[in-house]
Amino acid sequence: MSEMNDYPSRIKDPASRRLGTFSYLPEFTEEDIRKQIQYVIDQGWDCAIEHCEPEFARLHYWYMWKLPMFGETDVDRIMDEIEACKKANPGHHVRLVGYNKYKQTQGVSFVVHRGEIPTESTTETWMHLKLKAPDWVLR
Amino acid sequence: MGTQKFQAGVKEYRERYWDPNYTPKDSDILACFKIVPQPGVPREEAAAAVCAESSTATWTTVWTDLLTDMDYYQGRAYAIEDVPGDDEAFYAFIAYPMGLFEEGSVVNVFTSLVGNVFGFKAVRALRLEDVRFPLWFVATCDGPPHGIQVERDKLDKYGRPLLGCTIKPKLGLSAKNYGRAIYECLRGGLDFTKDDENVNSQPFMRWRDRFLFAMEAITKAEAETGERKGHYLNVTAPNVEEMYKRAEFAKEIGAPIIMSDYLTLGWAAQASLSRWCRDNGMLLHVHRAMHAVIDRNPRHGINFRVLAKMLRLLGGDHLHSGTVVGKLEGDREATLGWISLMRERYVKEDRGRGIFFDQDWGQMPGVFPVASGGIHVWHMPALVSIFGDDAVLQFGGGTIGHPWGNAAGATANRVALEACVKARNEGRDIIKEGKEILTEAAKSCPELKMAMETWKEIKFEFETVDKLDVAHR
Repeated sequence: MSEMNDYPSRIKDPASRRLGTFSYLPEFTEEDIRKQIQYVIDQGWDCAIEHCEPEFARLHYWYMWKLPMFGETDVDRIMDEIEACKKANPGHHVRLVGYNKYKQTQGVSFVVHRGEIPTESTTETWMHLKLKAPDWVLR
Repeated sequence: MGTQKFQAGVKEYRERYWDPNYTPKDSDILACFKIVPQPGVPREEAAAAVCAESSTATWTTVWTDLLTDMDYYQGRAYAIEDVPGDDEAFYAFIAYPMGLFEEGSVVNVFTSLVGNVFGFKAVRALRLEDVRFPLWFVATCDGPPHGIQVERDKLDKYGRPLLGCTIKPKLGLSAKNYGRAIYECLRGGLDFTKDDENVNSQPFMRWRDRFLFAMEAITKAEAETGERKGHYLNVTAPNVEEMYKRAEFAKEIGAPIIMSDYLTLGWAAQASLSRWCRDNGMLLHVHRAMHAVIDRNPRHGINFRVLAKMLRLLGGDHLHSGTVVGKLEGDREATLGWISLMRERYVKEDRGRGIFFDQDWGQMPGVFPVASGGIHVWHMPALVSIFGDDAVLQFGGGTIGHPWGNAAGATANRVALEACVKARNEGRDIIKEGKEILTEAAKSCPELKMAMETWKEIKFEFETVDKLDVAHR
């Protein structure tokens, strides 16, 4: 039996914040992202790009980058839009969404670029605790 | 009209209830029974007897029959088929007219279909294999409080199965220690933890204490990970007043999901709780304690596919479905059959999966099947392949049994899951390449590597008792 490891996640460490599907895997390479986009296209779903300030990542609604790319089947075009979104919104998280209109939901949603969360800022955490924690937790 | 004379006495059932020329109507409720008749009773007579006893008849003719339109109200046994691999049993198909049943009442339908008839002396054994619910009946039931899509939207989780864990030991932990186990699982990357079904409000842990500590665990794990979390707070209680009291408190403290056990709680209580959940924005996880008493014997009882359909009608957002690969009973094809009955809008007859009728669910939302019981990281490729994205995979021992604790166990499961989904989306064969996919993922995740070493050899390979009926058995 090897040595026992401690589990390193901490409220004050922004690196502990996860961002949904695939956020427990190592950061995706460009090739990884392309393959997932191809999967969305192959399912007949529509790609969309969303972004937000890291401290507000927990909210349901991120900013929509332009409109969803209905009918777009060119992976290069979608990669270009991801780049454009990143450039226009430095420091933001960026995610790719695959809309499945038949099930009226998102078939896929994952972060393609992780913005840096300022180490100082635990705003998001406190906002979360204040919004969600019943009185007896903070008392 | 007005020409029939009353004749007292006992008639053969098949005179009235066997009608091989009948064409079922779209509005009929259809049932397929597997019947083992008493020796010497012809198949048609046994089928007609089951039909009669589950619809309008009693054992003798009565004069009051002539006061109503029996030709409308009576059920009709309209077909008989051999059961592959069983020479004594046969399938009987029975049609019931819509006027026999109260709208939206699962309780009423099953009081007829699986009522007195199951103790009937003319049959040695009787099993309800499948029921076709017509659209009018589906549309008069409430169905799931939210359904798969709405749950995903509320939780903001897409493109993968959800992950859970039943807290163990299932009995005996204090509320505070129990909350600790929840917190560790959730911070490690699970979406949900679950009360064991046996946990209600025992002296070692009263419900209110458990709810409060669980809620603190959820709140801190959410702050830490930034993801939405939940713990299925079991509100199954000795009476419905107590059940509602617990549900109301769960809502008051901001819990996102509660749970019930629909067979032990009772169907009417389940329907009421489900309606309460819709009215109060509460997700509802449903466990199925007692199901194997009803569904495991291949010749007597009710097949689980019927119990699964019943729950979708009564209402629930999650339902335990079996894992195929874990420690509990579950034939692969039969399981695939009932998970499609839980999730899809229209399911076609498919004898290869034990489905005897087309079933149209109209616009009724689907239920998440829950795979739980004796599964661990090595099962992940098979689970993702069998269940697809719309399922909850629950690892109890497979999380808490990790040598480094719950958080590490949770991370191992989450990484294994995401690696399998990523590989599947890339077009890889995750069953054939399962080992490589997990080994690759473990390179950057010591928790997964440890889990893989711990559970390398554990398999549950026993023959299934309730198999589909096939000739070569």
